Amino acid sequence: MNAPRLSKQVISLVLVAPLLLFLVVFFAFPLVTMMKSAVSDPVAARALPATARAVAGWDRVSPPTEAMKTAFVADIRQINDDQLFGDLVRRLNSAKSGFRTLMTKTRAAASNAAGTIDLIALDKRWADPSYWQAVSVAASSSITDRNLLAAVDLQRDASGAITALAADASANKTIMLRTFVMALTVTVACVLIGLPFAMIAASLDGWKRQLLLGAVLLPLWTSLLVRTAAWFILLQDTGLINSALMQLGLTSGPVPLIFNRTGVIIAMTHVLLPFMVLPIFSVLIGIPKNLMPAAASLGAHPVRAFWAVLLPLSLRGVVSGSLLVFMSALGYYITPALIGGAKDQMISSVIAYYATGAANWGMAGALGLVLLSATLILYAVYLRLSSEREARA
Amino acid sequence: MSNPFIRLEEVSKSFGLLTVVEGLNLEIGKGEFISLLGPSGSGKTTILMMLAGFENPTSGAIWAGGKRIDSLPPHRRNMGVVFQNYALFPHMTVSENVAFPLKMRGLPRALIKERVEKALDMVQLGSLAERRPSQLSGGQQQRVALARALIFEPEVVLMDEPLGALDKQLREQMQLDIRDLHRRLELTIVFVTHDQSEALTMSDRIAIFNRGKIEQIGKPSDIYDHPSTQFVAEFIGETNLVRGCVQTIEGGTARVQLPGGQVVFVAAATDLRPNGSVCLSIRPERIKVGRREAAGNNITAAIFDVVYHGDHLRLLARSDGQGLVVKTDRSQPTLSIGEEVQLSFLPSDCWVVRP
Ligand SMILES: Nc1ncnc2c1ncn2[C@@H]1O[C@H](COP(=O)(O)OP(=O)(O)OP(=O)(O)O)[C@@H](O)[C@H]1O
Ligand SMILES: [Mg+2]
Repeated sequence: MNAPRLSKQVISLVLVAPLLLFLVVFFAFPLVTMMKSAVSDPVAARALPATARAVAGWDRVSPPTEAMKTAFVADIRQINDDQLFGDLVRRLNSAKSGFRTLMTKTRAAASNAAGTIDLIALDKRWADPSYWQAVSVAASSSITDRNLLAAVDLQRDASGAITALAADASANKTIMLRTFVMALTVTVACVLIGLPFAMIAASLDGWKRQLLLGAVLLPLWTSLLVRTAAWFILLQDTGLINSALMQLGLTSGPVPLIFNRTGVIIAMTHVLLPFMVLPIFSVLIGIPKNLMPAAASLGAHPVRAFWAVLLPLSLRGVVSGSLLVFMSALGYYITPALIGGAKDQMISSVIAYYATGAANWGMAGALGLVLLSATLILYAVYLRLSSEREARA
Repeated sequence: MSNPFIRLEEVSKSFGLLTVVEGLNLEIGKGEFISLLGPSGSGKTTILMMLAGFENPTSGAIWAGGKRIDSLPPHRRNMGVVFQNYALFPHMTVSENVAFPLKMRGLPRALIKERVEKALDMVQLGSLAERRPSQLSGGQQQRVALARALIFEPEVVLMDEPLGALDKQLREQMQLDIRDLHRRLELTIVFVTHDQSEALTMSDRIAIFNRGKIEQIGKPSDIYDHPSTQFVAEFIGETNLVRGCVQTIEGGTARVQLPGGQVVFVAAATDLRPNGSVCLSIRPERIKVGRREAAGNNITAAIFDVVYHGDHLRLLARSDGQGLVVKTDRSQPTLSIGEEVQLSFLPSDCWVVRP
């Protein structure tokens, strides 16, 4: 009795193993790596081990002690890997600008002469405690909240307290807010178009229904890039839409539809519409056929029957569709990049900039983490609401 | 009927090439409980849907209360409809469901509350007012549907196999409940069913449908005792159909010879002719076993099975190659399989049916 059950479990395990492996390798592992890179900061701790020990007792305001300076020079001499040195310079420079020249100078001096070096004579910046603060912070810990704070426009000041970044230094919060507003706009547009569409499709049958559903599904079979490119062509000043509008005499000049918010919203709504229509449609066809006749027989005018019966019942589909659309919209990259202007870029383009442009994986990971948590919080709220409704139902 | 409340006049309905209802004439009196009975696909639901306004007749006219209603939209017909699977609104509570028709009619809130309470009490659901339909049993859902269809005091209530999904016991309870409501509220009820015993117990009149046409219409006892066609005789209750040949007709009694040569006397129907073949319907409970009836028909038969049914016995017998079913009470002396018995029945219990 037990043996067949066990072998059944083994078989099912074997069957799901490829999927599991795939998920681990291509989803869980990169996700964890990204999240780790958001908070990990091992370079200085690895390059300056002696300094890390020496700064442990320092109060971070008084002038640097001799022990610190000696340890620092010893550490610099130890580094013979140019790559590590480069990473260290970049790490220190991102905390306080000026380190690039200072470190090059110091390394050159340290490797040219043996014995003690008077750092302050070499460069009087070494007398400034704020440089040593940067070194101390970087060397004493291999994890950091710098990236996470920067992702929401915050930083730690010299004393370690959290303060807001200068208004012109970073715009992550603005872009995050813009991302949410745009995703919300797209979601609302999808509801406004998708709900009536799904209702019409569900009320028809035979080839008419297939035609309508096909019209929604067809775009899903073409790649996102192709669809966006198509909108690029349609929306330009000399594109199909503008030339049609001008030929009809509705406008004298081209309506600006591309490189602005309108264009991005139009293209994203089109791309995401299937994710709104399909859940609503599936909920609608699950509604018993005789509810609307029942409402009519009870004296409800078709319009009132719609408001009182059909609309509330299709709400479940609207909510899951909205969730799908909103969450996909949050991560949109290609469409705003191709069709939007500078002020229509969403958070993913900032992430892409850090990841590929600035090679700052820490910032990319941190922004990704913030986006992920925002999405998860929203999802939790949705689950909470829907389970409450289930409990009431 | 001198003053019918509902009148269907030459009503036909086709879906494409398929004619579902054909030239239907039907009159329903005020306060009448009429059942539409027939096999699956005979057009019962279609007729109900035309009455309620969800389908339009292809041709013909429908009248209700002296007005022609076939072009009136359903929400203005003021007919209560109870659907086969209840059609309760799943997102509303029981009391919201029952309040729905009153809300649509714009009644003041306080009055709605009062009437909903009364309606729920009427179907003994007062304690479940705040539940959702999904939290109710089938019978309770059925009663909510009933309360909802009755609360706005419609002149006509249409019911499409309302008890089809209930188990036998609950079904019988609900049959009595509906009959009781019908009497108390003086409702006109059109009741669709394909359960013949349900139709027999509940209705004032039964219309038997076959392929979109009325096969026979009349009081339950008329239909049971005097089925006009073979279809009706077989559809309502259980019967023995016996074929024979008319030999003579004398003074209202026909002499019919059965294929095996035995002769039975039959109360003659109007259209019997000598030498014509006839089909007789004899109800199993009208046949007596084991004694000769001086005034009746007597035939001999061989028993080939005795089936115990609790309150009665069912004998399966064979006479001259014809199978016969006999229902008899348990006071019969023990009968054994293979035994030859006398079967007797009165001429008036042999009913001539059209094929
Ligand atoms: N909307 C429709 N389109 C096409 N054919 C239909 C439609 N509605 C009913 N029919 C056909 O009409 C015939 C009668 O249907 P109806 O539902 O009236 O039967 P019924 O007597 O109620 O049967 P049941 O006892 O199974 O409910 C059936 O053959 C059915 O297939
Ligand atoms: Mg039916």
